[in-house]
Amino acid sequence: MIYQGKQKIWADYQKEIPDDHWFYVRSCIRQNFFPGAEKMFLEICRNVLHKDFYETASHTTCGGIAYHCDTIPQETVMTIVARQFALMTEAGYENYVASCITSFGNYIEILETWNEFPELEAKIREMLWKACRREFNKPKYLAHASDLIYKYRNLIAEKARYRLVNRHTGEPLKVVEHIGCHYSKMFPSKGVGGAEYPYVLCGMVESWGGNVIDYPERRHCCGYGFRQYHVRANRGYSISNTHKKFESMEPYHPDMIITNCPGCPYFMDRWQYAIAEMEGKTYGENGFGIPVFTYEEVAGLVLGYDPWDLGLQLHQVAVEPLLDKMGIEYDPARKYEGLNRKDILRPELPGVLRCC
Amino acid sequence: MKENILIIGGGIAGLEAASQLLKLGYNPIIVEKSDHLGGHVAEWNRLFPDMTPAEDAVARLVSGTTEANIFLNTEIAFVNRLKDSYNIMLTNGISIITRILLFATGFSLFDASKKEEYGYGVYNQVMTNADLERWFNTGYDERIPEEGPEAMGFVHCVGSRDEKARNSQCSKVCCITAVKQAIEMKQKFPQAMVYCFYMDLRMFGKKYEDFYISAQRDYGVRFIRGRVSEVSENIDGRLIVKAEDTLSGKPVKVTLDLLVLMSGIVCNPGICKTAGQLSLPIDSDGFLKSRDNIMDITDSSKEGIFYAGACTGPKTVPETLAEARSAALGIHNYILNGMK
Repeated sequence: MIYQGKQKIWADYQKEIPDDHWFYVRSCIRQNFFPGAEKMFLEICRNVLHKDFYETASHTTCGGIAYHCDTIPQETVMTIVARQFALMTEAGYENYVASCITSFGNYIEILETWNEFPELEAKIREMLWKACRREFNKPKYLAHASDLIYKYRNLIAEKARYRLVNRHTGEPLKVVEHIGCHYSKMFPSKGVGGAEYPYVLCGMVESWGGNVIDYPERRHCCGYGFRQYHVRANRGYSISNTHKKFESMEPYHPDMIITNCPGCPYFMDRWQYAIAEMEGKTYGENGFGIPVFTYEEVAGLVLGYDPWDLGLQLHQVAVEPLLDKMGIEYDPARKYEGLNRKDILRPELPGVLRCC
Repeated sequence: MKENILIIGGGIAGLEAASQLLKLGYNPIIVEKSDHLGGHVAEWNRLFPDMTPAEDAVARLVSGTTEANIFLNTEIAFVNRLKDSYNIMLTNGISIITRILLFATGFSLFDASKKEEYGYGVYNQVMTNADLERWFNTGYDERIPEEGPEAMGFVHCVGSRDEKARNSQCSKVCCITAVKQAIEMKQKFPQAMVYCFYMDLRMFGKKYEDFYISAQRDYGVRFIRGRVSEVSENIDGRLIVKAEDTLSGKPVKVTLDLLVLMSGIVCNPGICKTAGQLSLPIDSDGFLKSRDNIMDITDSSKEGIFYAGACTGPKTVPETLAEARSAALGIHNYILNGMK
């Protein structure tokens, strides 16, 4: 692999990301999957880096899952999105940042569609007014939350307590980066690094001391793919996609996986359990799986937040082997303590996949 | 005194036109931006369909222009339109007054790195058709092991017939060039498995179809109708190439040691400045626009300006040479008819 060749492409796909003053919208599913991730994003942006990030309890789902499952028409999604933009406008913001990759892709697709078909934008404005008497300005800048952490990656590195380095060997951790399909595959110029060799997560990994693995199925879908999973009869496609990726990355012996999409970490984490049960095969060391993280969780880890405050106990694949490699201190006894030390009960341990 | 005729470009079109104009009693002046004559053909090894050494073809063309004035490493600095002629200032400081300009500016090869999914410039074992010809000429390229590749592939239409690459035109010569190069590789490495990934095979020229049949029958080259979707590298440094076989309706995945991208023909960006100074119209494909694409392919819409070869679109070597002769004759008639 010619690293300079990738750098040349990365240089062609840089986007302007304002440093401050963002209107933040959450994902409809991430808080259930990885509940610490979005909280950590706001914690880092507001309290560590002292940036202005605003969110409102009035915002809703973007409608993306229903749209991509073909259960609602595009005009409906557009009107939902128009309402989100109205909330941003009412709050006095111009920069819009989405937590979810599907939302990010939706917003870009809608803005590009409105650019091509202004009459459709006029129709949506009218529909929004009729529905809730709201008006909106289009965002001046649109970003995915991983764009912001990418932008702040060196600031985070400066404040880091831990690095993505194996403390036993001194070697950089081998990291698989997985980009959500809707980040830049539809509109390559809207993502940092483009569609073929996205840089948004690579940049974070490099800045925090790790080494990115370039494996053959790097671009392959995580296995979620909306209708692959939501249509029950298609779930075999979902797990076979995930299986293909793990088979492809296995020879590189990755230490961890970092992702920037709601579905990807969930499916790559949970399907490792299912593959272990079905095939009797695990992909990590000593019977463990390969731990899968959101970029916010990784940022939180390098900044020294308690792994259990990051919600890592809700991962299927045990994270402890990675915490030990990085030298991160944690109290195993606190793993299943919730807020105010409330016992959140222990899950049943799987039969094949080794967990702590 | 002999009439000056300025020829922009010292490729095969410029050389052939100069040779014909010399025979017709004119004084052709060739301005060539590179340090050698023969253009792209001079960098090729052998030419289809008879495997003619490109070196011989170029040498023959150059031998016909010994009486012409030739400026290498020289470009047009600017052009002034006078009343009935042009004042051309060259980058070497020489100024030329001429009533006739012949554009023989040729083409550029599509920059294969723009098709990022094919990994040119990113993966070590990916090269272009031009790189392979260079290896045929020099015998040296780190990407090709001495013992040859176990398996290799050719990707047709790289940057051609591709709206995403903003080149909708067919480059015309890539299909047959891929067949030629595939045969040459099989001749050198008979054990190698050779694949060609194509959309259509446009075997329109003399002996092309025979060549294509021979590639399959005599050399065992495997043709897969389908575009390559992505290229990646495995842990051994070999290439994993994914494509769709549209005849069987199935995706295919092969592991290769070498992938050759058939970079297409695109307009020469270097002509834009001079064409702009002369207000020459550009066609929708980016090439210079002829007065008429059927009857007046070598005529521009401007007085005293003519075209020859691939400056108006992709062409084969025989087509380019025929057009150069046609342009020379057109210039001769134009002068005989009192510049009309």
